[in-house]
Amino acid sequence: MTAQHAIEIHGLTKRYGSLTAIENISFEVGRGELFGLIGPDGAGKTTLFRLLTTLLVPDEGRAMVDGFDIVAQYREIRKRVGYMPGRFSLYPDLSVAENLEFFAALFGVKVRENYDMIAPIYRQIEPFRKRRAGKLSGGMKQKLALCCALIHRPSVLFLDEPTTGVDAVSRGEFWDMLFDLKRQGISILVSTPYMDEACRCDRIALCNNGHLLGIDTPGGIVARFDEPLYALSGDDMYGLLLAARQAEGVKECYPFGAAHHLVVTPDFDAASLERQLRQQGFGAVAVEPVQAGIEDVFMKLMQQ
Amino acid sequence: MNDIIISVKDLCKCFGNFTAVDHITFEVRRGEIFGFLGANGAGKTTAMRMLCGLSYPTSGSGTVAGFDVMTQGEQIKRHIGYMSQRFSLYDDLTVRENIRLYAGIYGLSRYETMRRTVTVLNRLRFRSEADTLVGSLPLGWKQKLAFSVATLHRPEVVFLDEPTGGVDPVTRRQFWEMIYESASGGTTVFVTTHYMDEAEYCSRVSIMVDGKIEALGAPAELKNRYGAESMDEVFRILARGAKRRE
Repeated sequence: MTAQHAIEIHGLTKRYGSLTAIENISFEVGRGELFGLIGPDGAGKTTLFRLLTTLLVPDEGRAMVDGFDIVAQYREIRKRVGYMPGRFSLYPDLSVAENLEFFAALFGVKVRENYDMIAPIYRQIEPFRKRRAGKLSGGMKQKLALCCALIHRPSVLFLDEPTTGVDAVSRGEFWDMLFDLKRQGISILVSTPYMDEACRCDRIALCNNGHLLGIDTPGGIVARFDEPLYALSGDDMYGLLLAARQAEGVKECYPFGAAHHLVVTPDFDAASLERQLRQQGFGAVAVEPVQAGIEDVFMKLMQQ
Repeated sequence: MNDIIISVKDLCKCFGNFTAVDHITFEVRRGEIFGFLGANGAGKTTAMRMLCGLSYPTSGSGTVAGFDVMTQGEQIKRHIGYMSQRFSLYDDLTVRENIRLYAGIYGLSRYETMRRTVTVLNRLRFRSEADTLVGSLPLGWKQKLAFSVATLHRPEVVFLDEPTGGVDPVTRRQFWEMIYESASGGTTVFVTTHYMDEAEYCSRVSIMVDGKIEALGAPAELKNRYGAESMDEVFRILARGAKRRE
């Protein structure tokens, strides 16, 4: 019998002394789903990963991974999941090939018989197969860690901040690899502090300070922003930021890349604000309606 | 007063036969927010270490805050501020103790130390946290404090190495407002980041590829030059051509 969901979480809570790392968290990850846990440091992402990979025991609640209970049936889960922790966790003194063989041996499989699973990723680091893992560059370490997490054909893959500190191009490539794995039917739970990566997931959970702020498809999350939003740009961006906060009808104004975003009241008049800012001496002022992004929603939910 | 705070010409750094930084030439003006971008392995950290007086260039010439990068590393260190992503504060010291430690390192008088401690605590609304251990503060608070400490001695230029990694979106913006505020007060800010929306906040940015500066200009100029909608796209166009990649 196969479980209906890859991951099922009911009311999970974990405390460290007086600190509550995660509190009453519930959600499911479907089979074959690429599910993103989006939130800053301290949100509780790593704690949740460690609970689901059976490295920690929850204080309250329960969870199933691939149909097995994370407390009672932890041995079953360990055979079936792949886990790539946030911190580099391979043996720096072993070579690339030795690390891979070691992880295969731990799970009682042969590298050769599961090679197809890792081939597209491993081929990129194979030229360095004799190099010690500790001497690899960041991007190559990341690829090796992913291979080691995949070599036993896990049905659920846990990736804790695989792209932190990685440049925008390498991040894009990493997400392409995840997409290929998803196509092979692997269920993936991945965490990231980068909001722009959320759109690559089937569904996302926004989390902060041990709580979930919302769970939905990326499109569904964005659609939750229910207030009018405008983008303000011009020559002196810092001056504009301060000036716009004083303007009528502007509830909030914050930097958002090339423009500032203004959360406004329903009676807000964009043309009037433009005029007003020009009169104050600002050049090239433009105020235009704009579609909210994941980060707009995240900030709004954070402040509620 | 000289308007150019950083000026380097043909700066190189070689490790054996590997050229980590390959003839970079640029200037940073006083009060600018200068974004220093590049792919992993492009040579950003090596270049930044030379500008901070932490390592001497193999060849080239230049000045930072009026001091020679080839010979006056020690003077440079004393006249700049520096903040790295993680290690700039002591977790086992309180907020007040961290401020006092850095004030001491930069040789501020007891009176100045007291005065600036009050200023920092007020500006960050940290007064009630003055005697809290830094280790128990949320990351975003630490980073704001680290920035204040890096600018405690009012340096002419402050170097920030990925100051906002992992910080929540609200605090990340508060942090950038501190940068804006400092720059508008005349401090030059030299900053690296992996968040491309933050590249848009800079007056000018440079993008390093394979040890060379491949592009340099205001974000609007660069987007125009590469026919891109965002700095993210500009970065991808340039970094994709990199041969050296981490």
